[in-house]
Amino acid sequence: MYEHLETADNKENLKRVVVEPVSRVEGHGKVTLLLDEDNKVKQARLHIVEFRGFERFIQGRPYWELPVLVQRLCGICPVSHHLAAAKAIDQLVGIDPANLPVAADKLRRLLHFGQVLQSHALHFFHLSSPDLLFGFESEISKRSIIAVIEAHPDLAVQGVMLRKYGQEVIRMVSGKRVHGTGAIPGGMNKSLTKDERDYLLKDIDQIINWSVASVALIKKVHCANLPYYDDFATIRSNYLGLTKPDGALELYHGGIRAKNADGDTIIDHVDYCKYNDYIHEEVRSWTYMKFPYLLSIGQENGWYRVGPLARVNNCDYIDTPLAEIERIEFKCHSNEAMVHSTLAFHWARLIELLHCAESIKTLLNDPDVLSQDLVAKGEKRYEGVGVIEAPRGTLFHHYQVDENDIVTKANLIVSTTSNNMAMNESVRQVAAEYLSGQELTEPLLNNLEVAIRAYDPCLSCATHAIGKMPLQLELINAEGQLIDKLVKGSDGHIDRTINA
Amino acid sequence: MAKTITIDGLSIPFEDGQTIMQAASDAGVYIPHLCHHPEFTPHGSCKLCTVKVNGRNCSACTFPAMEGQEVINNAKDLNADRQKITQMLFVEGNHFCPSCEKTGNCQLQAVAYHLNMLDDHFPLFYQHRELDASHTDILIDHNRCIFCTLCVRASHEHDGKEVFAISGRGINKHLIVNSESGLLKDTNMTASDKAAHICPTGAILIKHTAYQVPIGERIYDHQQIDQVSLNSEQVDHDK
Repeated sequence: MYEHLETADNKENLKRVVVEPVSRVEGHGKVTLLLDEDNKVKQARLHIVEFRGFERFIQGRPYWELPVLVQRLCGICPVSHHLAAAKAIDQLVGIDPANLPVAADKLRRLLHFGQVLQSHALHFFHLSSPDLLFGFESEISKRSIIAVIEAHPDLAVQGVMLRKYGQEVIRMVSGKRVHGTGAIPGGMNKSLTKDERDYLLKDIDQIINWSVASVALIKKVHCANLPYYDDFATIRSNYLGLTKPDGALELYHGGIRAKNADGDTIIDHVDYCKYNDYIHEEVRSWTYMKFPYLLSIGQENGWYRVGPLARVNNCDYIDTPLAEIERIEFKCHSNEAMVHSTLAFHWARLIELLHCAESIKTLLNDPDVLSQDLVAKGEKRYEGVGVIEAPRGTLFHHYQVDENDIVTKANLIVSTTSNNMAMNESVRQVAAEYLSGQELTEPLLNNLEVAIRAYDPCLSCATHAIGKMPLQLELINAEGQLIDKLVKGSDGHIDRTINA
Repeated sequence: MAKTITIDGLSIPFEDGQTIMQAASDAGVYIPHLCHHPEFTPHGSCKLCTVKVNGRNCSACTFPAMEGQEVINNAKDLNADRQKITQMLFVEGNHFCPSCEKTGNCQLQAVAYHLNMLDDHFPLFYQHRELDASHTDILIDHNRCIFCTLCVRASHEHDGKEVFAISGRGINKHLIVNSESGLLKDTNMTASDKAAHICPTGAILIKHTAYQVPIGERIYDHQQIDQVSLNSEQVDHDK
């Protein structure tokens, strides 16, 4: 759709505008625009300027370290990495998901619902609500959670408390709010005590009520500006995610389903251990993030979106009543088989937040979460694949080990990586439709960040940063003259070679 | 009447043949240490237990208690030195507590907390050290070895084997095992050996047991090393 804006033909006479860093996202990235003399956008790219080496430096380590080590990729969604790795290493001790003890399965699901709840609350209230409540081009002092606290104190408190609750669920199950333990090969290392269960139960109704209110809020914001919200940064795409065998929304374990922009099924109920037969990754020279695509459709058109929008679009229903009511309304609003509005990510995200709150209540009332039957073991295997629906989308962990239990190979396809092409397309759509030809101002440039933010990207997860990668930033005017140049060396030292 | 020494002004009884460390732990006084273990011959190598005896620095784990000694233990300068020693242990090896399976149960980590070590201070060496995962039940992670020789002493004195030794000098010092291949699998070590359970860091581990103890139930989750050490070592002395 907007691929023609990925690479400009004659860059020499174009001026460069850089938005760096992209703020209120996790990790570090920048957007570059190349403009002609009339400020028409000729090239727009989202660059991820981090590089991380997890896939390499976990090689040579014993496999049981993986869930605890790899979760350090992220401080927001460590539980997702913890559980994806745990699912993979279950297989290394001969345990498939069906053989995992019931209590361990439910405790992991509880842990994961807590994780998705806190991550979604963090993203909506802390990171995105300033844009949605005050407008995309509001003055910079308004664009933070502080302004939300001043203008809407009750709402801000709800956001903070929702996140806190999710973190408490994580703490009760895994011992710490961030980077706990919990999942071990073939099970879990603890169940809930009655006191822990009761501690979480006492607030869950309030959490559900606040979740319902947050869906009502995003629906009101979206529908009050319907044509604009349905068009801004919107792209037609394929969608990919896990579903239950009966097609219900699934966050912890299921088969891979992909649908195209018209809602036709591309693949369904695919065993994720065979992901390599369906998904490949392309590398491009200007970013550290790869571009995954569906093999059957090909590199050019096979890219897809993951995350809340993909999951709510793809599933046939949601198995918790309040979230299901909201899903039906969500799907109806656009009169299309699939909702393509990029800003609808927020709406879908809060429907999932509600689903998580409802599911937590169900699990807390299930006596299995108090059971001590927590670990199973089978015959050793040498390869394991774990896939989970992380808050930002489908997350793949794939490991191989040797006869001494040492990791020899690792491959991670992180949720944000899958949204790489889509985020670039959305940036180009906004650049082409909303910025091109205008005198660029700082508030106007926030539109680009709003487009990226809708995806809730975690750029740190998605690039595999040692932190001191060499970088060169050049400012070139319309005559092709170099006006300014910053060079960051591999030691992290920054030199300005012109206009010092 | 019992013979006594004073530690930080406190009168402590001792029996002939006891070291200052033994007298102190019997009396409930903690002297930081890593290479000392009440069951094994003192080694005096980690130097964390350095105290001032009548004004001179001595290793409390090897120095005999003698009537009338005035021992300084919990002093600012001694604790500052102990903190520096601990920092040097951290930078010499590769200790990544956040993902280490020994975290919460590790004496090196616990002593660092006890000494209020907030950073490494010294530049990290980033030495390349290997794992020996060849044994079915036991893993050696040389990244975490602090050369305390507890495994050497436990294998020799308790297990009646000679599985471990320290080879090389200075920065080239390293733990070796007693097999022609140099691999643990070719030694006579078993998981039930005392040497497999004595390591104060995460250098010698029983395989397939990692993270089984939840956070909150680990050794140092609710108690500092001084309390844990005194409780366990007093039990050992009573045996």
